[in-house]
Amino acid sequence: MVSSDSVMVQYHGLGLLYHIKKQDRLAISKLLNKFTKSQMKSPYAMCMMIRIAAKYLDEEDEGTSSAYYDFLENCLRHKSEMVIYEAARALVNLKNVESRDLCPAIAVLQLFLSSPRPTLRFAAVRTLNKVAMSQPASVASCNLDLENLITDVNRSIATLAITTLLKTGSESSIDRLMKQISSFMSEISDEFKIVVVDAIKSLCMKFPRKHLVMMTFLSSMLRDDGGFEYKKAIVNTIIDIVEENSDAKESGLSHLCEFIEDCEHTVLATRILHLLGREGPRSQKPAKYIRFIYNRVILENAAVRAAAVTTLAKFGAHCEALTPSILVLLSRCLLDTDDEVRDRATFYVNVLKEKDKALSSAYILNGLQVSVVGLERALNAYVKEAPDAPFDIKTVPLATASMQEQMAKPGKPSVGKSEAPTSQPTVATSRQEVYAEQLAAIPEFASLGPLFKSSTKPLELTESETEYVVHCVKHVFARHIVFQYDCTNTLNDQVLEDVTVDMEVSEGEYEILKTIACPSLPYNTPGTTYALVKIPDDQTEVTGTFSNTMKFIVKDCDPNTGEADEEGYNDEYVLEDVEVVVADHVQKVLKTNFAASWEEIGDSHEMKDTYALSQMKSLEEAVKQIIEYMGMQSCERSDRVPSDKKSHVLLLAGCYRGGHDVLVQTKLAFSDGVTMQITVRSSEANVSEVVLSAVG
Amino acid sequence: MEAGLLEPSMYTVKGVLILDNDGERILSKYYDDTYPTVKEQKEFEKNLFNKTSRVNAEIVMFEGLTCVYRSNIDLYFYVIGSSSENELILVSVLNAFYDTVSQILRKSVEKKMLMDNLDVMMLAMDELVDGGVILDAEAASIIHKVAAKNDDVPLSERSVANVLQSAKDQLKWSLLK
Repeated sequence: MVSSDSVMVQYHGLGLLYHIKKQDRLAISKLLNKFTKSQMKSPYAMCMMIRIAAKYLDEEDEGTSSAYYDFLENCLRHKSEMVIYEAARALVNLKNVESRDLCPAIAVLQLFLSSPRPTLRFAAVRTLNKVAMSQPASVASCNLDLENLITDVNRSIATLAITTLLKTGSESSIDRLMKQISSFMSEISDEFKIVVVDAIKSLCMKFPRKHLVMMTFLSSMLRDDGGFEYKKAIVNTIIDIVEENSDAKESGLSHLCEFIEDCEHTVLATRILHLLGREGPRSQKPAKYIRFIYNRVILENAAVRAAAVTTLAKFGAHCEALTPSILVLLSRCLLDTDDEVRDRATFYVNVLKEKDKALSSAYILNGLQVSVVGLERALNAYVKEAPDAPFDIKTVPLATASMQEQMAKPGKPSVGKSEAPTSQPTVATSRQEVYAEQLAAIPEFASLGPLFKSSTKPLELTESETEYVVHCVKHVFARHIVFQYDCTNTLNDQVLEDVTVDMEVSEGEYEILKTIACPSLPYNTPGTTYALVKIPDDQTEVTGTFSNTMKFIVKDCDPNTGEADEEGYNDEYVLEDVEVVVADHVQKVLKTNFAASWEEIGDSHEMKDTYALSQMKSLEEAVKQIIEYMGMQSCERSDRVPSDKKSHVLLLAGCYRGGHDVLVQTKLAFSDGVTMQITVRSSEANVSEVVLSAVG
Repeated sequence: MEAGLLEPSMYTVKGVLILDNDGERILSKYYDDTYPTVKEQKEFEKNLFNKTSRVNAEIVMFEGLTCVYRSNIDLYFYVIGSSSENELILVSVLNAFYDTVSQILRKSVEKKMLMDNLDVMMLAMDELVDGGVILDAEAASIIHKVAAKNDDVPLSERSVANVLQSAKDQLKWSLLK
């Protein structure tokens, strides 16, 4: 049929043939061999062949040497545009194609760009847009043709051309591009505007030096009419730029200030006020923002007023010179009509009047660091018991940045002993909350107190394709550690019973108190067993290594019915070692104003040391490693190293087991290897010592 | 263009539409379940029309679909395919469809003429695309197939005249008898 004279019969024949053979790789390869040699008459059949060949190439990873690749390239010279385009698109979409090999395909697409037919232009610019995402350099040769398309009557083509240009553009062409975009921004719909805003955002990240042009452009866009989504996209872009690029901060903030002068969206206004509170006080002239913020207090609705009051207080706490004037402004808010605004103002006025740096930094700048769900539970428990002692906020688990990221993922439900509490609502509970609930349900662990920290990633103790798969999660309590072993039995003819993991201390002063067995572990159903370990009394001895052996009774069973034999025998399985490191004892805490916290904690327990890290290749690598070893949160964006610098200061903050704040200042210098001077301050001498030892 | 490469498939076309100049549907056929109910289809057609009626730009990305279109006086012809489809194939289908219609209607592509020949249009549409697979993209051969099936049903105006003529003749003969 495929050799038929009729064009359509050929196409349908090929389609059917492929459908019949598509499971059989060899047959496909034969099919390709046969028909790539004899040119088919139907352009549809050719397109089909191109798709089959491209798919085959992609799956076989044969690269450019293959005969099919030559076939694709030959198709670029076919007489039908349809086939040429299909071939060009197949070539640029191939998985492992190099930019050099893209050239012929891009040349063809470039010709299409100047075609009088809109469809051809559209097809070409859309494909080029996609290539530009991964390999902007290869598309750069088309820039001139793309620029002509900016004024195309078809708005889809124009927008695609713009976004492609923004991706490929060099630093010098940006000014011109921006001018062209602004000329037609008013004509396109909101959704396309958002596409353009996104493109500008990525451009700003690429060329930080051009921020001035972009900022003016974005702010003029802010002033134009537009829906909420559009404004939100712009505000987000500006905020991102301000956070990424310290040079752009001043101009970005002043643009945002202007925007909130006339902003109908409460959400955006509060967001901007929050950002002002964080970044404004650290700018060169904090005083100039005050007027904008206080205007909000006079003019806006309650939610914005409350946010503005908080922002004012942050300025007051941060800049001593401004404190008296801020106090005047805040005291005017004391008679506000809204409760929340009044409450906030009263609170801030009183805190600021104390003139105590530590106090204001703790209550105004850093805010509450505990997790809300944890706080709720702790308070509930406290009210039930109603003890005489005051409530200790240090017992509440801390909320960290990493935990907030996990919020989106619901906790992994694990079967076995802990099955009962998994019925809890998973909404807004982080993984740690889920673990805490599970552990609290086990009577043996009830006396341990609140959970301090669970290790974020389950540790694999086996290879992933072995008979039994075991993951370990470490839960650190005030004086104990619970090891949670999630075991899975991957043998369908066995049932494991009475599964425990036997731990032996191979290093460190730990003492193993108890193990809790998993009664039964059927095929492919995860089960959990726990081991309880006491942390040594000596505060400085915190690290340790444990060797693990899984012990269990094996019972053979029928794979189909799952019925187990009566008789079983004991067996054991050696697992990999588990290490307890310093990072396990430290919870990440974000300090917004590191310098103030640094002063506040004082140098009474300060420790200093200098290390040479010769194996580090770059500052980035060193920073990443240090954060990992310390298990602390980097502050004030110090985890990002400017690419051309030879030295860097990394600021870390955390909370040590037991609720002691720890701050670390690391000065790094790069020449051959990385030299590091590390300074640790904390509220406990032992803690400083332990944290310092983490890097050593 | 979410997926890098296309799964080779014959199911190219998602829908073929003819709308009038108010955006009301004259003929439409959908070949997959992107818009399963008539209500959703009408909604889609209305939005599509609003987007395309003002500027004649030939192609538009709309609700994640590629739509190619052509208009003439008071008719709008659309061919719809997935966003990852080769746009040129869609255009070739659209052109074949338009040419077929234009030839059947003897170049007067208007709503009234189309309505008069609606049954042939339906046949032509079915000969063009079947279940999303392109059956034929040559105007001449589509017309040939449509005409072959319609030999015994005179439809064009001339055949109407023929019928009248033969009726007159028969009447004459019967009167003469």
